[in-house]
Parts: sequence; structure tokens; C-alpha cells
Amino acid sequence: MSNIFAIAQKELKSYFVSPIAYALLAIYALISGWFSLIAIANFIEMSMQGGGPADLNGYVIAPVVSNAGVLSLFLIPMITMRLFAEEKRSGTIELLVTSPITDMEIILGKWFGAMAMYACILGVKLFCLSFTFLFGNPDWRPLATAYLGMFLQGGALLAIGMFISNTTKNQIVAGATTFGMALMFWTFDWATTFKSDGWAKVLAYLSLTAHFNSYARGVVDTKDTIYFLSVIAIGIFLTARSLESLRWRS
Amino acid sequence: MIKVEGVSKRYARFTAVDSVSFEVEKGQIVGFLGPNGAGKTTTMRILTCFLPPSEGKASVAGFDVLEQPMEVKKRIGYLPETPPLYPDMEVVEYLDFAGKLKGLRGADLAKRIDEVSAKTNIGDVQSKLIAKLSKGYRQRVGLAQALLHNPEILILDEPTSGLDPKQILETRQLIKGLAGDHTIILSTHILPEVEQTCERVVIISKGKLVATDTVDNLTNRMRGSENVGVEVEGRDGALDAKAVHQRLEQVSGVSKVILREEKNNRALFEVESLQGHHIRADLARTVVEGGFSLTELKAVGMSLEDVFLQLTGADQPAAAKETPNE
Repeated sequence: MSNIFAIAQKELKSYFVSPIAYALLAIYALISGWFSLIAIANFIEMSMQGGGPADLNGYVIAPVVSNAGVLSLFLIPMITMRLFAEEKRSGTIELLVTSPITDMEIILGKWFGAMAMYACILGVKLFCLSFTFLFGNPDWRPLATAYLGMFLQGGALLAIGMFISNTTKNQIVAGATTFGMALMFWTFDWATTFKSDGWAKVLAYLSLTAHFNSYARGVVDTKDTIYFLSVIAIGIFLTARSLESLRWRS
Repeated sequence: MIKVEGVSKRYARFTAVDSVSFEVEKGQIVGFLGPNGAGKTTTMRILTCFLPPSEGKASVAGFDVLEQPMEVKKRIGYLPETPPLYPDMEVVEYLDFAGKLKGLRGADLAKRIDEVSAKTNIGDVQSKLIAKLSKGYRQRVGLAQALLHNPEILILDEPTSGLDPKQILETRQLIKGLAGDHTIILSTHILPEVEQTCERVVIISKGKLVATDTVDNLTNRMRGSENVGVEVEGRDGALDAKAVHQRLEQVSGVSKVILREEKNNRALFEVESLQGHHIRADLARTVVEGGFSLTELKAVGMSLEDVFLQLTGADQPAAAKETPNE
């Protein structure tokens, strides 16, 4: 357990000693602020038209949160691309693999480290949204479920991205592939626009959007939770197999 | 302490290590000698549980590398060919992380960091970024990492590569000082390094074990005869290389004379002596007395290739006897 913590700590630190963390946080703050601004402008207009304050949750928090899902598609590849690719390129993977720790400890350490970085980014969004609590009285519960959803979805994408990073020495390849995969997972449910049964239904079930949307609406569905947890498990499992295969191939 | 029995590492297209067997006893320093691409790194990676062997058995301190890798890893300190360093970390931060990976914590870890830093002489760069260190310092930080958990066995892959002569000397001294407490395998393609630091040598070439012997035995076999390069110039224009050749062959103690090069009125010979004969003075006298000018006389160092050839008992160049394996 303390080995996992040591690696997670090193991972999180490595984001902050390089410009990665600051770039990600700054970009996220900018975009997140812009989205919040638009949402609030929209909310004000609605309030003016309706003669009274409109629904803060519906007009501000819900759109900002569902945009966050899209934003994470772009950010997560940038978090995961270096996880293993960098260690493989610089040879430090030899230190990890020849140390008396298990592969699973390495993998979980890296995943938790990436999760911690992702949590820092989500913190920026929480800062933007905190103003709605300062000046209004929105319901905090849908926000809490939305955050749970963002964590689960982020965890799933981070696990997939970590696996992809383990398959290459090249960070750019890892990042681009992860981005492509994330976008595919995000848009799988578009299949239902022209077909409503069979494989289209299966694809739609695999889509991140459908599962994330219920959290954004304030609903915690066991089915969706199981979906995200299983994607996380699959990502971690594939990373473990891939790390093992490194030894047989290289 | 280390036992390698018939270990091979095969890939789809080539064999990196071909049924190599050797043993290393506790407290010994063993030099792992071979040209680049001989399979040194692969063998070391098998011993450190980084790669599994395709065939054969390897055990470290009585633990099999495939069956009990965790026990093996606990007992090994490993310095790969490129030191596994994180350029974004400070030296002390890096050692702290590496120590945690090896199971050290708290005061124990801090004490060990101080000890290995003193041993490897990196105390003055503790709070420097690794990215800013010179190659010599990086190598030593890598060595410090390998020593952190005070392992019984040290596996060092080319520990002196890229260092300047002074640092090489210091590193060799350091490694020598570690023997006794630690069992050490170090790889190198530099012959004098083995002579100066190691007690035993394991020589491999093209994945195959060529010889294992003590350094003394090996150097006797190599040093027994002397190779001398002789360049001769004719005094009055033309030079009869054949005549010189004959005269050189008649010098006592000479076993073989080879004409290497003939140009205008110059000729370059390589002369090999019999075991235990010193022939340079006699060669010089013979040439001058024969009425030729001696323009150069030098000891020809034996290349690693020559050593291999001698050890394998072949006298043709390696390329000629090698059979293509496609």
C-alpha cells in the first residue's frame, strides 16, 4: 500500500515540477471560466424574461457540468500520455520493474497519481461554480453526483489512457491514440440515430455520454456506476498484461 | 551466490544469449566481458528479473528468477546501462523515491541516503536537478541508487562508460571497495577495466560463453607473447622487404613475422614473440645492423577480438569462420 502511495506521490509531483500541470490548470481555468460566464449570462437573460430568478441548477450548473465531460476528453490524454511512455523512453522503467514491488503496485500508483492530477483540475471548476453558492441558493446534491460522475468517467478514461501509454515509447502517439479512443467512446451513441437495435444498441451502451448524463442530471444509477467501474478494471487489467508482455518482447 | 545454468534468450529472429552457464561465489567481483551486442545486457536483465529466460535456470542467492522474483529483486542492486534517472527530480528527491521503491522508509532511508551519497561522492549535488548534472555525476547517482538498500549483489552494466579518466579511476576504486560485502557483476568491453577491478572474468561473444577464468590466468594467456609493430625504411631508395622479413624471423624468440604493408621503400611488419621472450631490443639491433632504417617500433596492443580468437583457439579472423545463419 505504501509503495502505491510512493509512486502516486511521485507521479503527481512530476506533473507539478514540469509545466504540464500549470498548462493544464491554466487552460482548464480559462475554458471553464468562459463556459461559466456564458451559462450565467444565459441564466440572467432567462431571469429577466421570466420575471423572477430562473433555476440555477438547470441553467448554470447542469450545462457547465456537462461541458466538463467534453473538456475531459481533451485533457485526459495530456495527463496519461506520459505515464508509461516516458518511463519506457528514458529507461526508468527498468528501475521500477527491477525494484521489489509488484506490477500492480506500479500501475495503481500511476493511476492514483493521474487521478490526483485530474482532481486538481476538477477543483478549478468547483472554484468557478462556488460563486453560484455565494450569490444564489442552488441545490448542492446534483452537483455532488455530477462530480462523482466526472470522477468515474475520468477514472475510466485515465485507465484506458494509461494502457495506451504502456503500448508505446512515444508520448505523442500515446496522446493521440487516447484522444481518438476517448472521442469514439464519447460518440458511440450516435449509432442510434440511424439504427435502434442490435449492434447500435451495444455501441450506445458502451458510450460514455449516456452513462455520464444521468450523473449530470443528479441521478446515481447502479448500472452506470458498474459501467464505469468495469471500464476502470479493464483498463488496469490491460495495463498489467501489457507491462508483463514488455518483458517477453523487449 | 549467482548460478546460471544453460540460460538462453531467444527472439523470433535472433538468439541474444545462447545456453550460457556460469557461477559467481559470494564476495567476488566478476567482470562480464564482451564486445557490444554480445549479450551482456540481456544476461544481466535476466538476472535482475527484467527479462525472463527462454530456456535454462538462473538463480540469485538461492532464489529462482522466475519463481521468486520478489526475493531476488530485494537482494539485487542494479545499475542499467543508461542510469534510470528522472531528470525533473533533485538528486535527494530521486534517492528518496528509489529508496521507497526498495522498501526503505523514514529515518532508515535518510541514513542510507547520507551513507551512499558519501560513498559515491555526490554529497555536493544533493539539491541539484538531475537534468543539470554532468554524465559522471549521473552515473554516480545511478550507482548510489543501486547501493541504497545495501544489497548482497550488485549488477552494474558498464558502470564506467562515459566517465572521464579520473572518474573512471574513482569508480573502479569504489567498486573494488565494495567487494567482500557485496557480490558484484560488472559488464564492460574495456579489457584493462577487468584486469584492474575483477577477480574472475566471464567472456561472452555473440551470445555464447567463450571462457570463464580468473583474471590472472587470462592475462597470463594473453601476456605470454608480445606483439611488436616494426616499420623499416630502405637507406638508398629501394627496400627489399623479403630480406628484412628473413632477418626478422631469425631473431631469437620470434615466432611469427607478418608483412602488413609495403609502400615505396617502407614496409610495416608485425612480429609475434614466443612465450616469455622480450624481443624489441633484438629486433631494433637486427634491423639497423642489416643496413636498414628503423622508423617505428611499437608494442601492438591486443584487441578484444584477438583475445577472443586466442581463447577460442581460432587463428582466422572471426568474420571468416562465421557461418551465415540465414
